[in-house]
Amino acid sequence: MSVTLARVEPSIAGVGDYIELMKPRVMSLVVFTAFVGLVIAPGHLHPVIGLAALLCIAVGAGAAGALNMWYDADVDALMGRTAGRPIPAGRLAPGEALAFGLTLGIGSVVVLGLLVNATAAALLAVTIAFYVFVYTVWLKRATPQNIVIGGAAGALPPIIGWAAVTGGFAVEPTLLFLIIFFWTPPHFWALALYRTEDYARAGIPMLPVVAGDRETRRQILLYTLVLAPLGAAPWLLGYAGPVYGIVASLAGAAMIALALRVRAERGATANKHVASKQLFGFSILYLFLLFAMLLVDRMSGGLVGQVFGHFAA
Amino acid sequence: MTMGDAMNQADKPPPFQPPVVGKSGPAAVGIKLTEQQQRARRARSIAIAVSLGVLVVLFYLVTLVKGPGVLERPL
Repeated sequence: MSVTLARVEPSIAGVGDYIELMKPRVMSLVVFTAFVGLVIAPGHLHPVIGLAALLCIAVGAGAAGALNMWYDADVDALMGRTAGRPIPAGRLAPGEALAFGLTLGIGSVVVLGLLVNATAAALLAVTIAFYVFVYTVWLKRATPQNIVIGGAAGALPPIIGWAAVTGGFAVEPTLLFLIIFFWTPPHFWALALYRTEDYARAGIPMLPVVAGDRETRRQILLYTLVLAPLGAAPWLLGYAGPVYGIVASLAGAAMIALALRVRAERGATANKHVASKQLFGFSILYLFLLFAMLLVDRMSGGLVGQVFGHFAA
Repeated sequence: MTMGDAMNQADKPPPFQPPVVGKSGPAAVGIKLTEQQQRARRARSIAIAVSLGVLVVLFYLVTLVKGPGVLERPL
């Protein structure tokens, strides 16, 4: 019996390619929202343990990104936005990405479980599994609701942060989950509106590809109308001070105004998606603003709100 | 040297020569890495070393913080 060994070309993948595999921009948002969940949670967590928790969450998010890029390399190669990623560009072999993602994923969950607690580790495992199996493998190529349901994975980090401190769940981080969950569709559909041809070429059934431009703009507005009051809910329910309430209300109003502009822009050609691009850009700022204000509100011990209340009285 | 000694020496295999990897020239055997591959491998090796170092420091610090009950944690 003869055995033929396939010649494997030595890798040219650099450190930057592996970092790109972890989707650092998505990871930064995940870490930030998890940090907010961790800070607003009642109780005390030693800073070193908190740092360990954030590191594990970051690495877990990176693992999910790497496994996503491994599975999606074929469709990534067909889209202008993603064709330059390490695997379709030929800088990194699929097997390297798979091994990297699995190692980071298993490692981050195990270390989080050992150093912090089992609840947070289980939630991180669920997040990675949901993103990889439910979103990437199943929904992304199957339904225009892909990013709606799949958005749950991106919305879980504040709950993981909260669980790292308390070991349990509560209403407050669930509100943060809902904010990110309802933020995801307007954010990604605004992008999909001016990348429709890309998604169509790759066979990804994004809403503009399947239901059309007009329906997508309508649904962006509907989700934004739910999102804006949800954004203000932490203040309305007494979890955050009036400064948060004002910022969330104003930013929510701006989101609705932009969504209305997107709705009015329907029928525009590909190079006239001004409002869609504005909404996509502002939606990132919106989410950052909400979570940053929650952080400021909690870290100042409600001081900002008290000072504001004093002058208001 | 007797005839038997000479035959024994003739049966011995030639001394082992380890393959020279990453070198060019007549001595090169096996996979030869290009300059780019060597640079990439070195960068990856350094990154792995740094990551392991970070993990060691992290585990050490957590051990200090948690004290003797480092493995006692709520489930």
